[in-house]
Amino acid sequence: MKEKLSNLSNRINAFIESNKKIVYPVLAILILGLPYVGSSQYILRIIIMIGVYSMLSLSLGLVTGYAGQVSLGHAAFYAIGAYVSALVSISFNLNFFITAPIAAFIAGICGLLLGLPTLRLSGTYLAITTLGFCEVVRMVLLNWESVTRGPLGISRIPKPSFLGIELTISNFGLYYLMVAFLALTTLAVVAIVRSKMGRALMAIREDELAATMMGVKTTYYKVAAFVISAFFSGLAGAFYAHMIRFIDPNTFTFDTSIMILSIVILGGMGTIGGMFLGSALLVSFPEVLRFLQEYRFVVYGAVLVVMMRYRPQGILGGQKKTPYKLPKGGG
Amino acid sequence: MVLQQLSNGLTLGMVYALIAVGYSLVFGILRLVNFSHGSVYAFGAHMAMLFVSMQFGIIPAFILSIVLTGILGIAIDKMALAPLRAKKSKGIAALITTIGISYIIQNVLMITFGSQTKFFPKLFDFGSIYIGGVAFNTTQICISGVSLMLLLILSCVIRYTKVGLAMRAVEQNQKAANLMGIDVNFVVTFTFFLGGASAAIAGTLISGYYQIVYPNMGFVAGLKAFSAAVLGGIGVLYGSIFGGLVVGISESFAAAYLGGSYRDAVAFLILIIVLLIKPTGLFGKKGITKV
Repeated sequence: MKEKLSNLSNRINAFIESNKKIVYPVLAILILGLPYVGSSQYILRIIIMIGVYSMLSLSLGLVTGYAGQVSLGHAAFYAIGAYVSALVSISFNLNFFITAPIAAFIAGICGLLLGLPTLRLSGTYLAITTLGFCEVVRMVLLNWESVTRGPLGISRIPKPSFLGIELTISNFGLYYLMVAFLALTTLAVVAIVRSKMGRALMAIREDELAATMMGVKTTYYKVAAFVISAFFSGLAGAFYAHMIRFIDPNTFTFDTSIMILSIVILGGMGTIGGMFLGSALLVSFPEVLRFLQEYRFVVYGAVLVVMMRYRPQGILGGQKKTPYKLPKGGG
Repeated sequence: MVLQQLSNGLTLGMVYALIAVGYSLVFGILRLVNFSHGSVYAFGAHMAMLFVSMQFGIIPAFILSIVLTGILGIAIDKMALAPLRAKKSKGIAALITTIGISYIIQNVLMITFGSQTKFFPKLFDFGSIYIGGVAFNTTQICISGVSLMLLLILSCVIRYTKVGLAMRAVEQNQKAANLMGIDVNFVVTFTFFLGGASAAIAGTLISGYYQIVYPNMGFVAGLKAFSAAVLGGIGVLYGSIFGGLVVGISESFAAAYLGGSYRDAVAFLILIIVLLIKPTGLFGKKGITKV
């Protein structure tokens, strides 16, 4: 059974690899045409949430999947992005397309401040510190009432508007905005993974000591990956804030961090496609299985445990059978 | 006022130390931060509450909860972590497994007992004792006393018994210990039992102190105890005790002088400062976290 599955996934990979020129455009047309194929607002909303979580898990995947560093605090960057964008756009009356980069940038700076001291350490310390950071951020959001309005949250966040047109779910604007953001994130992650930095990160994941010996600046690359990851999480947060138009500290708890981590693990650490698959599965899961509602989080926990036991590499993870392409030129 | 806060802090600190010891024991032997420890602690408190509400009386409820939670610790090890060790998986796999377990326990507690906070009867309440104008709560004194006694017993177990010797051997070098005829798996299981039992005691004591129980109680308490363990040097028993006291006292002072809303942040600040300045902790051995 296991053999068959991995054979199947290998065959699919090989098929995609050999028919690149057909598969990708078809996929692009499918994605762009999706809202017109009679989807209700409800379905579209879920699909947009899948997109948001894909962004989050892609960014966490860079840190956890490629560099092998477990972060349990990505909800914090998500929250920072959402709050900064919402607050800036409300108090300075700025457009979403200005506030979102600001929000992502500030999330990135927070990532730098957190990453510098903690990434020198080994994985478990990082996991706990990021978890603590996430709680600190939530406490600040709850208690700094003069700015964040505390537990009441921020409501009536302006919708993103593009050239004077307000983007909503019903005119598909938010959907395309999500697709654009997601494409941006995916391209960035793919570019990083294929670059020197990506190889350095994978070397760190496999054996940090050996990587250091080979002259890889491990701390530098880990911090860089962490900052980039925080940046895109912040971007996802900004998008979320302007889509839902209401945020409060309870949206960004430890549960959110665990959800993102579950997606990364379920989809397959160190894969790109796995992030989309994992998000699609875990975001639509509570909608499809409404009768399980209460047990949803138990199932999340079980997913983590069972996956680690039987398939630690995730659904799409595992050793690549396609030959490694050497970079052109050089020697 | 200062003395009052000090005594509050000492009480809290003693209990944190009890939880921190659980982290420290497991980390010492497996080099694994056991994320499920916080929810094991919550499980212990809930069991105690359940048995108290079934009219078992405080002491039998206490003992039953300790035994059951210890067994839960063993079950976690046998069902989830031992197979990973047998497969020689990476450390990250075990770490994520413990996160998953913590999630399962916490949510099962929430489903069976409800997510609201529940009342827990006060433990050891014999009124207050006044010494020099400061009210010493007997609850606090008893909690500190019980914790101190248990920490001493734990230290003695590790220092003077055969199992303790085996634990220390496994901590130093698992392979060599195995070659010397030590049953490593038994030692690990025993460690998990000790961790679970001490978490149950801590959970029951804290619930008796605050008089409330809720499923998420282990999350923040676990984090604080972990900060305490890191502060003292994770893997070092007396370090955890010292760390627990520091975290407890600074928390109660923060609650008094900075306001209650930021009291939980103090432990994390301590954690981040320690990681910045001396990642091995105050009494930590070198070479644990080095890459």
